[in-house]
Amino acid sequence: MRGNTTEYAYNSKVEGEVVVSRADAVINWIRKHSVWPMPMGLACCAIEMMAVAASRFDISRFGMEVMRFSPRQADCMIVAGTVTYKMAEVVRRIYDQMAEPKWVVAMGACASTGGMYRSYAVLQGVDRVVPVDVYISGCPPRPEALLDGMMRLQDKISTEKSVTNLLKKDMHPAPALAEAAK
Amino acid sequence: MDDATAKQFLERFPEAKPRESLDYKAYDVPADKLVEVCRVLRDDFGFTMLTDSTAIDWGEETSPRFTGIYHLFSWLGARYVRIAANCPDDAAPALPSLVELFPIANWQERETFDMFGIRFTGHPDLRRILMWDDYPYHPLRKEFPLAGHDGDLPAADVAEATKAKVIPAPMMGGPFHAPQKDHMSKREPRGADQSWNEAKPKPCSKD
Ligand code: SF4
Repeated sequence: MRGNTTEYAYNSKVEGEVVVSRADAVINWIRKHSVWPMPMGLACCAIEMMAVAASRFDISRFGMEVMRFSPRQADCMIVAGTVTYKMAEVVRRIYDQMAEPKWVVAMGACASTGGMYRSYAVLQGVDRVVPVDVYISGCPPRPEALLDGMMRLQDKISTEKSVTNLLKKDMHPAPALAEAAK
Repeated sequence: MDDATAKQFLERFPEAKPRESLDYKAYDVPADKLVEVCRVLRDDFGFTMLTDSTAIDWGEETSPRFTGIYHLFSWLGARYVRIAANCPDDAAPALPSLVELFPIANWQERETFDMFGIRFTGHPDLRRILMWDDYPYHPLRKEFPLAGHDGDLPAADVAEATKAKVIPAPMMGGPFHAPQKDHMSKREPRGADQSWNEAKPKPCSKD
């Protein structure tokens, strides 16, 4: 049981028509069950992401089936694939276009670290340009691994201080990556 | 290209020199004859498709340093022929463009330009195609290290917001390759020399 987000069962005998809960718990509960992913499919990992969306693995069991190709309608960017330096700009711009609150999942070795592409052309980890919430290992990760990662993301969402964050200007500031860039 | 066609071709172009090849026939032609040779191959010999065009960098010490390579395919005989042309100038390599003969050469030559820095005279739109426009190097040249060089991200505002830079990729003993012995399930790609990494640099590395 998580202290500050515990959801109490509704008991109509006790509470009549009134449900009492914490605002954070309610907001997070709503958010975590309606994540709209932005499929940033850049390489082979995207194929596994498609499998996750299809009937066998079925991401809609978690309320995440509404894949939006417009960043303005999405709140979770799944970076699935190899991010080149040329594409890093696009990833960042699309991230900037997504409305708050937003999350990023780095799917696979390439998005997490550059993977096997130790090369002049490949960004060595998408966390150099966008703040990553969940990293998923594998090359490519199994669809189950992506689902597991998305469930971890749900766990993470449910621990957020949503009400406090609503008042903040920038929930996800650009990470200070000066050290990483050195 | 079969022997009969090859004979006809050599009669037509005595300056074409047969080139060592492990598969189909290959010819060296002078750069200024390249367009003419390809036009004749296309119109009179049926090699209507340019399946590939690329280049070779023989290394900084070699002259001629750059060779353009063209693979032509004939649907009639299901045959290939390979044409090679040395770039006359090593410092500012250039070759005539084949775009007027084969529209596909447009992108192929842009890639060759991007990777080797060979300029194609007569190309309508010679821009980089893989790396971004301001990228200062030609990555497939021999002097370019696999890990790359320091530099700036293509977009200044993104670079500013994220403080991200183009950095040489960590190699940690790489490039990686799988050992050729043992069962495949047991082999994993490894760097040949694991004695150095980012924290402990390679002792006598040149750069
Ligand atoms: S991690 Fe593997 S599967 Fe995924 S994009 Fe990279 S190379 Fe492809």
